[in-house]
Amino acid sequence: MTLLLAAFDPPYWVSTLIKVLVISIVVPTTALILGMVFLFKVMSWMQSRLGPQEAGPRGTLQLLADGVKFLQKEDIAPFGADRFIFRTAPLVVLMSTLLLYVALPASAHLVVSDLDVGVFYVLAVSSLSVLGVLMAGWASANKYSLMGGLRAAGQLIAYELPMVLAVLGVVIQAGTLSLNGIVFAQANGSIFGWDAIGNPYILTQFVGFFIFLAAVQAELTQPPFDMPVAESEIVSGYQVEYTGFRFLIFFLAEFATAFVFAGIASVLFLGGWAVPWLDTASDWYYVLGPVVLFAKVMIVSFIIFWVRFTYPRFREDQLQSFAWKILIPLALANIVVTSVLKVVL
Amino acid sequence: MFGLLVAQNIAFYVIAALIVFGALRVVTCKNLVHAALWLVLVLAGVAGQYILLAAEFVAVTQVLVYLGAIVVLFLFGIMLTRAKTGHDLELDNPTPAKVGAGVIGVLLLGVMGYALWDAWRGQELGDIVVQRTAEVSDSLFSTYLLPFEVISVLLLAALIGAIVLARRD
Repeated sequence: MTLLLAAFDPPYWVSTLIKVLVISIVVPTTALILGMVFLFKVMSWMQSRLGPQEAGPRGTLQLLADGVKFLQKEDIAPFGADRFIFRTAPLVVLMSTLLLYVALPASAHLVVSDLDVGVFYVLAVSSLSVLGVLMAGWASANKYSLMGGLRAAGQLIAYELPMVLAVLGVVIQAGTLSLNGIVFAQANGSIFGWDAIGNPYILTQFVGFFIFLAAVQAELTQPPFDMPVAESEIVSGYQVEYTGFRFLIFFLAEFATAFVFAGIASVLFLGGWAVPWLDTASDWYYVLGPVVLFAKVMIVSFIIFWVRFTYPRFREDQLQSFAWKILIPLALANIVVTSVLKVVL
Repeated sequence: MFGLLVAQNIAFYVIAALIVFGALRVVTCKNLVHAALWLVLVLAGVAGQYILLAAEFVAVTQVLVYLGAIVVLFLFGIMLTRAKTGHDLELDNPTPAKVGAGVIGVLLLGVMGYALWDAWRGQELGDIVVQRTAEVSDSLFSTYLLPFEVISVLLLAALIGAIVLARRD
């Protein structure tokens, strides 16, 4: 089985077609999994309630039912809206999510494109979603929408910087931007000569891991960083005028992005698709790699959603000063320490 | 190799046409937000051309800096000040200004086109090799170290200037 997969080498157009199909199946599936497991089940468990129980065994098909419900609804654009931009905005957000999946490696070969610029590309395309959010906020011709869009833009700009700086520590330590390269560097590394478990960067870059997760939380506009969609103040901000499948696209993009960012975090800090004691060149990774990565993604997602369900919303000024006065100086200090140690050791 | 070059040429002209069309729409369209969004198309097209030229790092930088930051700042500024939906008639300039802008545009096109033609006159460029990020950083921090440092000082000065201008107290 694994050897068969390793020998599979289709022509360019076939492999491109397969990649497109896989991504278009993986993106909604991951969103469903995260929504189902965390938004419904874990959240209910943390709040001592049962959660959805009716649709499917123990309510596991609830989100699917919700999705079908959204698809049946009428596609409405407000009277004053700028229709074309209003309709394209969710697609821009979804496009940013789809582009993120391009770089995520599920094993040495199971990756859409193993880019040399790797993690830099991830940071670049993740910033494109802001455009969609601003378009949605403006085109809805609604004050709450516009305010939500502006809050989102201010927040995403502020938190992009700590994210880039947090990643830099890992890049310095690994000596490469390529995500597969970072996995190899961790799997083949050693801790002061002891190489039994490689060198997962969470041990050395725990500050970076913390900053990265905080920035991811802010990029996803999830609580406690959900000022842009604060439903109790500006009734869901830039999403307020969206119904039906366009709202579904926003929802899908948010959860799929949460999944892929958890994936990037596992690659950068937890060793990605590799497990200790198994050589990275092994053919077993064709089947084992995605499973290992999925397990690590679920762990990181659990942390993300744990924070989401636990903390109340930040105020706007707290949000900004947390980014500029705490996260960025911390990230800069982390870079200095990392590069000094890299040169000394 | 030949087939690849044909595909590259077609892609180049398609993207170039999109860029020119987008650029014209940026200056002719009657809505400020629409103009900024047409600018997105232009800048994304430029990133596409960089990828065709096998300069991955530059392309990604283009996306991160121009699409992810500069256009977002434009939109942010526009939406904070004047963000009407529909047409904005005050946006149009008087005819003399339009003619002046057109003349300057054509002149600049001539000068830059001549400079390019003059610099590469009859020169054959070698095969396109994908430029690795490590090579970019190596040349940046050895050959071009001094310009790099000068630019960083310039940026710092601009930052401080912006803070001084923005602070009223």
